[in-house]
Amino acid sequence: MRAAEQHVPGIVPTGKPGHRPGEVHPPAAIDLVGVHKRFGSVEAVRGIDLRIGAGEVVAFLGPNGAGKTTTIDMVLGLSDPTEGTVAVFGLDPRDAVRKGLVSAVMQSGGLLKDMTVGETVAYTSFLFVRTRPPAEVMERAGITDIAGRLVGKCSGGEQQRLRFAMALLPDPDLLLLDEPTQGMDVEGRRAFWAAIRQDAKAGRTIVFATHYLEEADAYADRVVLVRKGEVVADGTSAEVKALASGRTVRATLVDADQDALGSIAGVDHVEIRGSSVVVHCSDSDAVARYLLTQTPARDLEVAALGLEEAFVALTGVDGPDPVGGPGSTGGPGSTGRTNPEPDGARR
Amino acid sequence: MSATEAVIDIADREEPPLGGFKPAIVRLEVRRLLRNRRTLLFTVLFPVFFFLIFGLNSSYAKNRVGPGNVSAFIMISMALYGAVLATSSGGAMVAVERLAGWSRQLRITPLQPAAYIAIKMVTSLILGLAAVLAVYVVGLLTHKASMPAYLWVVTAAALWIGSLLFAAFGLFVGYLLPSENVMQVIGFALMLFSFGGGLFIPLSQFSHLLREMATYTPLYGLNELVHYPLVQGTFNWTWAANLVAWLVIFTAGAIWRFRKDTART
Ligand SMILES: Nc1ncnc2c1ncn2[C@@H]1O[C@H](COP(=O)(O)OP(=O)(O)OP(=O)(O)O)[C@@H](O)[C@H]1O
Ligand SMILES: [Mg+2]
Repeated sequence: MRAAEQHVPGIVPTGKPGHRPGEVHPPAAIDLVGVHKRFGSVEAVRGIDLRIGAGEVVAFLGPNGAGKTTTIDMVLGLSDPTEGTVAVFGLDPRDAVRKGLVSAVMQSGGLLKDMTVGETVAYTSFLFVRTRPPAEVMERAGITDIAGRLVGKCSGGEQQRLRFAMALLPDPDLLLLDEPTQGMDVEGRRAFWAAIRQDAKAGRTIVFATHYLEEADAYADRVVLVRKGEVVADGTSAEVKALASGRTVRATLVDADQDALGSIAGVDHVEIRGSSVVVHCSDSDAVARYLLTQTPARDLEVAALGLEEAFVALTGVDGPDPVGGPGSTGGPGSTGRTNPEPDGARR
Repeated sequence: MSATEAVIDIADREEPPLGGFKPAIVRLEVRRLLRNRRTLLFTVLFPVFFFLIFGLNSSYAKNRVGPGNVSAFIMISMALYGAVLATSSGGAMVAVERLAGWSRQLRITPLQPAAYIAIKMVTSLILGLAAVLAVYVVGLLTHKASMPAYLWVVTAAALWIGSLLFAAFGLFVGYLLPSENVMQVIGFALMLFSFGGGLFIPLSQFSHLLREMATYTPLYGLNELVHYPLVQGTFNWTWAANLVAWLVIFTAGAIWRFRKDTART
């Protein structure tokens, strides 16, 4: 059974073009159709269909190696898809870049140590036909004070602010941020997002890749979950947050009754791993009470669902036995939309 | 829909002329070069230093060569050495920039790869000009080098333009060896080429076999050609053949690696 065939409460599993009626008329900021990307034997992106409308703020959320950077590279025209098409405002990605419609804050690199912060911004401004005044974007990014400092002497957070200033120069309609706050402390992260917010131009589309669920929740209107090169879910941040607010209850229990566990309200996934049982649920108290009172379970642990577990709960891809998966129970928010067509239908 | 009205009309967005090449960018690149004391030391001061040692030696400096003297001959050699060092290190800067991810960063701006190469070439030529002028000014001030005034101009211009051959060499090597120590490789290679080209020691002092081999090295043709206005005598077409052959090799190599680098896989 393919992952996306399973029901996922509260989430639209894939971003099929046209799944949001009424948004088709202006050219989408990003339109990915059947995009695959292979590096030799590695399939980094395995068929992504995604339409992001102008003005949306979208988080691209996924674990390491999910294909976020690979996808962003294709949107920037840095690489071509092996299969499928990528359009940015209806244009070839490179044309969009040449016109200054798109800019990006890259995950790493991209700066010269022997230039000063101010020179780097000036250099970048010369590359475009029209830009915002360098002094203004430096002010926005909070690097006015360090304009004379050599880039090589700047901290990671300062370099990231510099990248942000550079990305603001062309006043882009689409801003891509690839893990923009990676390596920043909590304060730096907050300051960075405050700067992005302050500069939020009406109508600017922002897409950012992140591992941090809190970041996606706090700053995005829409969250696209990717895992192993596929969009596994696409919904509002509230929907995703509800998902990841679930818990995992783990206990040592021989011959666990999977059906009984699955029928407890709020349980969406039961896994039996040898002599232990793992239950993903929204009401851990109910599960713990059942295990401790009705069964000889011991070594009981309750843990908040991390992103990786949330994905597993969502997709069941890594689960050794997807029986009793999300599809078998109602779960919380079962009024949510579900995937209208199976994943395999794309080919 | 409210979101669409604020978006800048796509038709209003323009692409820059000349692929994004601008003198202002070259100015910033030159400022960056000036900050790099090591490059300046090697390309500007070393050739001057060599000229002071070899070019002023009174045992042969005043010996006649064509309408000039040996000191002028050596001055041309050292200026050529400085110029090719400058242009090849300028070209090889792409290695450092690729390593830093700067080339990738530039690819998400309107700057076209060809314009980027043009910026590197022009910047290299400016550094090369500084190297040439330094040697020629010292030659002028030390009063030993002598040749007709027009030859000062002709030889300086010829070797400066000719040094573009080594901008291609630097680009080729820079794309081939993306590493921090590409400058050392370049410095060593140019030292060998300079001996092979007869810039440091006249080829007539080499053994027959070595002299034969030296005529195939990349600085041989260019060195003979830039000295020709001074030395005069019979023109040897193998000089031009050497220059053209290496120009084709370096340019083709640079284009090949450049294509590979900018290919979007
Ligand atoms: N040039 C490449 N050659 C081979 N494999 C690659 C290449 N680029 C990416 N990959 C592989 O493709 C997969 C997706 O990588 P990608 O960088 O897109 O992930 P990501 O979601 O950005 O991860 P992270 O959160 O770690 O940044 C990984 O398995 C990676 O190893
Ligand atoms: Mg990444």
